[in-house]
Amino acid sequence: MNNTETVKNSLKKRYAREKRFQLYGRMAVWTGFIFLAILLFDIITKATPAFQATEIFLDIPLDPVTLELQADTQLDEETLRAIDYAGLIKKSLRQAFPEVKKRKDKKLLYKLVSSGAEFKLRDMVINNPQLIGNKPLSLWVLADDDVDTFYKLETVTSRIKEQQIGFIDKLKQDDRIRTSFNTTFFTHSDSREPEQAGIRGALMGSFWTLLVTLLISLPVGIAAAVYLEEFAPQNKFTDFIEININNLAAVPSIVFGLLGLAVFINFFGIPRSAPLIGGLVLSLMTLPTIIISSRAALKSVPPSIKEAALGLGASHMQTVFHHVLPLAMPGILTGAIIGMAQALGETAPLLMIGMVAFIVDVPGGFLDSATVLPVQIYLWSDSPERAFTALTAATILVLLGFLAVMNAIAIYLRKHFERRW
Amino acid sequence: MKKLVLATAISVGLVANVQAAGRDTISIVGSSTVYPFATVVAEKFGKKTSYNTPKIESTGSGGGMKLFCAGVGLDTPDITNASRAIKKSEYDKCQKNGVKSITEVQIGYDGIAVANSKKSERFNLTRKDLFLALADKVPNPDGSQTLVHNPYKTWKDVNPALPNTKIEVLGPPPTSGTRDAFAELAMEGGCKKVDWIKAMKKKDKKAYKAVCHTVREDGAYIEAGENDNLIVQKLEKNPNALGIFGFSFLEQNDDKVQGSTIEGTGPEFETIADGSYPISRPLFFYVKNAHIKSIPGMKKYLQEFTSEAAMGDEGYLLDKGLIPLSQSERAALRKDVMSGKKLSM
Repeated sequence: MNNTETVKNSLKKRYAREKRFQLYGRMAVWTGFIFLAILLFDIITKATPAFQATEIFLDIPLDPVTLELQADTQLDEETLRAIDYAGLIKKSLRQAFPEVKKRKDKKLLYKLVSSGAEFKLRDMVINNPQLIGNKPLSLWVLADDDVDTFYKLETVTSRIKEQQIGFIDKLKQDDRIRTSFNTTFFTHSDSREPEQAGIRGALMGSFWTLLVTLLISLPVGIAAAVYLEEFAPQNKFTDFIEININNLAAVPSIVFGLLGLAVFINFFGIPRSAPLIGGLVLSLMTLPTIIISSRAALKSVPPSIKEAALGLGASHMQTVFHHVLPLAMPGILTGAIIGMAQALGETAPLLMIGMVAFIVDVPGGFLDSATVLPVQIYLWSDSPERAFTALTAATILVLLGFLAVMNAIAIYLRKHFERRW
Repeated sequence: MKKLVLATAISVGLVANVQAAGRDTISIVGSSTVYPFATVVAEKFGKKTSYNTPKIESTGSGGGMKLFCAGVGLDTPDITNASRAIKKSEYDKCQKNGVKSITEVQIGYDGIAVANSKKSERFNLTRKDLFLALADKVPNPDGSQTLVHNPYKTWKDVNPALPNTKIEVLGPPPTSGTRDAFAELAMEGGCKKVDWIKAMKKKDKKAYKAVCHTVREDGAYIEAGENDNLIVQKLEKNPNALGIFGFSFLEQNDDKVQGSTIEGTGPEFETIADGSYPISRPLFFYVKNAHIKSIPGMKKYLQEFTSEAAMGDEGYLLDKGLIPLSQSERAALRKDVMSGKKLSM
């Protein structure tokens, strides 16, 4: 048997081996893809109801007699604030359902409307006192979350009573109930009433926190990377630092939270729950990522460019800042964006520093109490009210959207600005 | 180098500045069981008044006490929520750290439900059944006064009246206040029914507690994390399992799960309120009286929480699953809170 025959005989086997390997590879990719598809499908189906809000149409009496206002009363804010708005909404509900007489049924009737409606009405009247007059104010108000869940999903729990189902049927006949796009979800902050809960506070919290993270970790990370890569002497000590940076990148994030608690809160006295402390802790976490990716980007700039600059008389410093750093910038920014995306999805370190909390006021700066998007997801997933399940999924979608955008920007930077040598 | 020094100086200055600034938001920590109630009150308070909405962290009863008792000052919380009364050791720690004057506020009751999927039959349990099914060590089934490792595999082994299904109970981990309360109220309640173990209490309290409170670890009791929604979902998937969680979760999900009766009484609003449902516990919060003056809105918040509109017989907290105190208890409580009655132990 000569060589050609040996090869010929084994050829079939070799082809089969390659086919098998390709099949394994394809199966691996498909498994990953199927899991992703299941996850997305589950989240999207759960989230869809959250983008719709059920509203009820009310004619709210705003004549001075009902409001018990004298003709000469000044309509200043204090007077307007003191009006019993909850009572007005109850009255308009009684007018819409004149047949409801029993006290118990009336209570059920009042529960159709969200408890936030009175505050919406109050703010409307305070902002625009001209509304007070003989014409009733026609207004779509949010329905209570139990009504909302029932109307959208038609699930019957004991939270919704038979009489209430009757009321809803009547509203349906009169075209006084509808679903519309849930703007509350984007314009309001956390609330214990699902129909009034939104992600604005968490979004702003994430914004301030990430801003602090970016402002700290980007300059510090780049400076560290440039120094270590271009200027630092090669000795045992720099080796030691390098090993430590690589190790830090693999440290569980909760450890940074504990560190933040011990150093920033207990020692420096930075207030708990503020974006400042959150940003500091998250920048500790993203720093290693940024340093490592920046060093890789700096390393990939060819030595010939450096040597040419030095040969033309540029100083070491000029070479680095005029030539090497600009050429490495797309790679550095890609690393920074991926680091920030990581920081955006982090909850564990924030647990230790008080950012896992119920916070209603929208944070307006670095020192206001705040929470972030992933924490909001965590808090809602643990709430007893059924309607929060949909809100949780919807928030996950928003977070995934932000992550996708950030990663897309990173890919764009890499594709369009990175040079191949 | 100069720049570095400057940057350090600026950051130190910033930090010092932060410390000097006062706080105008009430800071609350503590139990995850009280969290759903406290947050509702905080939100109402924020909407009704011109004060900021209080910030509430859910740290667990024990974690809350630790932060609360760390001292007096703006960087410590003003109120801590607890699903059990303050312990003597915690009280002593508070005193040691200068938190001298604390007011205890009992807000109502919470029932603990033992529930299963609606696809299966409702369980009719006793506390003794629960003890025998879930304790690590149980009295020897042959009747002698010795303890053996829990031999029971099915509910029928425990009590012939119960169905012949595997013992599988999903419940909270030991860090949870719900677990503490379950061990104390349900398991110890059943444990006491065995006369010779009850007699142990007088002789050796520690051994008695170890017997009554230790949950078996052979897989029959499954720790399902602090997330009660997860337990409900798992019960739906597994009709043979039982789950342990707070009454408010049962109420929200009663199209999927049903509460077992304990000694003939089911977990319902009325039975928990009148005390006939045996596994129910009081809920509290504790106020740091030294902060009432320095934090704006504290008095108003306490007023809102203890008002009839919140914790009364038709208050909004009842919608969230809180079981109210009686009329007279509420009146007494309001007086204590407004006068800042100091807790002593």
